[in-house]
Amino acid sequence: MFDYQFFIEVLVGGLLSGVMYSLVAIGFVLIYKTSGVLNFAQGAMLLFAALTFVSLVERGVPFWLGAGVTLVIMVALGVTVERVVLRPLVNQSPMTLFMATLGLSYVIEGAAQLLWGTQVHGLDLGINDIPFEVGGVLISQFDLFAAVIAGALVTAFALFFRYTRTGLAFRAVADDQFAALAVGLRLSRVWAAVWTAAGIVALVAGLLWGARLGVQFSLSLVVLKALPVLVLGGFDSVAGAIVGGLLIGAIEKLAEVYVGPLFGGGIEVWAAYVVALAFLLLRPSGLFGQKLVERV
Amino acid sequence: MLLSRSLRTAALAAAIAIGAALPVHADEQFFPLQSYRVGPYAAGGTGFFGGFIDYLNLINIRDGGVNGVKLTWEEGETQYEVERGVEVYERLKNHPGVAAWNPLSVGIAYAMIDRITKDKVPLITINHGRTDSTDGRVFPYVFPLLLNPYSETSGIVNYIATREGGTNKLKGKKIVVLYHGSPYGKETIPIYQLLADKYGFSLEQIEVPHPGNEQQSQWLSIRRAKADYVVLRGWGVMNPVALKTAQKVGFPVDHIIGNVWSNSEEDVIPAGDAAKGYVAITTQASGAEYPVLQEIIKTVYGAGKGNLDDKKRIGSVYHNLGIVNGILNVEAIRIAQQKFGKRTLTGDEVRLGFEHLQLDPARVEALGAKGLFHSINVTWDNHEGDGRVTFQQWDGTKWKVVSDWIAPDWASLRPIIEKSAAAYAAEHNIKIRTSDDTAVSQ
Repeated sequence: MFDYQFFIEVLVGGLLSGVMYSLVAIGFVLIYKTSGVLNFAQGAMLLFAALTFVSLVERGVPFWLGAGVTLVIMVALGVTVERVVLRPLVNQSPMTLFMATLGLSYVIEGAAQLLWGTQVHGLDLGINDIPFEVGGVLISQFDLFAAVIAGALVTAFALFFRYTRTGLAFRAVADDQFAALAVGLRLSRVWAAVWTAAGIVALVAGLLWGARLGVQFSLSLVVLKALPVLVLGGFDSVAGAIVGGLLIGAIEKLAEVYVGPLFGGGIEVWAAYVVALAFLLLRPSGLFGQKLVERV
Repeated sequence: MLLSRSLRTAALAAAIAIGAALPVHADEQFFPLQSYRVGPYAAGGTGFFGGFIDYLNLINIRDGGVNGVKLTWEEGETQYEVERGVEVYERLKNHPGVAAWNPLSVGIAYAMIDRITKDKVPLITINHGRTDSTDGRVFPYVFPLLLNPYSETSGIVNYIATREGGTNKLKGKKIVVLYHGSPYGKETIPIYQLLADKYGFSLEQIEVPHPGNEQQSQWLSIRRAKADYVVLRGWGVMNPVALKTAQKVGFPVDHIIGNVWSNSEEDVIPAGDAAKGYVAITTQASGAEYPVLQEIIKTVYGAGKGNLDDKKRIGSVYHNLGIVNGILNVEAIRIAQQKFGKRTLTGDEVRLGFEHLQLDPARVEALGAKGLFHSINVTWDNHEGDGRVTFQQWDGTKWKVVSDWIAPDWASLRPIIEKSAAAYAAEHNIKIRTSDDTAVSQ
């Protein structure tokens, strides 16, 4: 007989994992939306943020001061990337920009290890991860906390985009870069602000993922979890990143438990990409992505 | 300050490299080191190679080398990547006086087997490597010292049996093996099945896809299976995530038994409180209370020549593994010197030393390593050397030994190893050695 309670438990676990994927995906979306760059260095930024924070705290810096200092460092990193890497490459092809961020990810990873060493670190955010039970279903306190943080982050960005001048400038640049330039917006300033926002997302995601996995080099690999989310939700939609994350999280967990045994297990990573590929064929711009219409 | 320390370290490494690259003197024995101090596995690499170098330094400073033969080395960074490991091999293989290769990497070791066999230099794969390379009749130059994966499997099952009150109490128990989705992770699948059939326990083996940073579905399946024990055959980030996810689904951590690559501080510290009570197998105890460790602290670190940047890592799992590896390499040279003279030996001569590497508990104690590891008994056809295992439990700050030294069931495993080695010999057209074929080539 089908075990519905177990099904719900797997589903809830998948949805909560999906929130964590969304957090990484949002960083990609912010930059892609305004500059058309798929920032492969997002994972490295996440690692850099978490490693900087935990290294400061381990040296006796208070928690909130450590978070503040890391935030300042991430802002400086974002501005530097825009100045040193992206600005000289304006008007280059998307592939050139993508390769630049690929190279950037190696530079950031190397710099993180050079500055803070190669040891792995634990990161305790003070959230007890003892599960609690709702109707026989165990729910992780930490994952629930992460979902609240992700929700707060998305709300903050939504308000920022809607009600602030910089936010409106983001949207204008995202809609049409040339039109934005024509009305006097300074593209470089907007891009610097976008990279700063991506740095903030990297810090938040880095702390949550770092508390989950430990702060170590493989933290940068979480970008691989974001890619199918982006394909599914669309590369330029924050809402898409959220919905895509939830869907991918749920699908990969259900696939692993119910379909995995037919293939000998271990299918969840590629199952997510199978779903993403299917979406790519049916709806190339993703669920919420902007459809690209070009005059040829 | 950190940056300047890194620069100083780089300058020191360069100086060491330049020094080691100078022409070898007649009384030097050389260790080429395919180390990994940057990249995803740097934490393990710095510990292991740090321990190895610390022991070589101890022998040089305290004893003036092995019977007057100075030990030298040069590091080549591999980042744990096979192609870089092979490149380092090709670059350093012609250095005079190469004693043995110690890559601490399954991938690099596999890529080197044909090369070192042709060049007649020992390849040491302590606690890892091809299981069938235990059979020295087929693999004359490969030494998976102390523990191969099959012995590890048997040791873990024997330990669980001890906790349950004997092997007869395993019947009806449910054991889940959670393994890394790689050839390394899958290597022991048939052996766990063999032991399940032998002892009558129920077995489920669940794969975690690489890198293992998401395990919710696997642990929910474990909870549903009502497992009595979970064997964690993990690697890297998979280990702390397993411990954290076990906590999420309410699985008792002291019923998770880690394998030899899930047993370090790097595996438990990131898991925080979720790791308290976790048990893992090891061939060498951790801690710095052993006389050989104390000598290293006093003689090597006291002279400012210690290899670890962070002295708190002295006595950690990987550091002690490196020290034990150093002891085994040095003793193999010492044994070979008894036959060939107190001079720089060829790789093939050192191979003969390894094939007579028999250190009983009394000799281990004389080396200052009583309690650090048990003993080893390598012969020309048994290149593992019947290493004993023990189990350690993480208390939140350090590992604590919680078992006696346990012997795996070597007799049951040997026929399987010989069968696999024979298949390898047939495939590679290798003549199976007899005890008459062990002489050193001229």
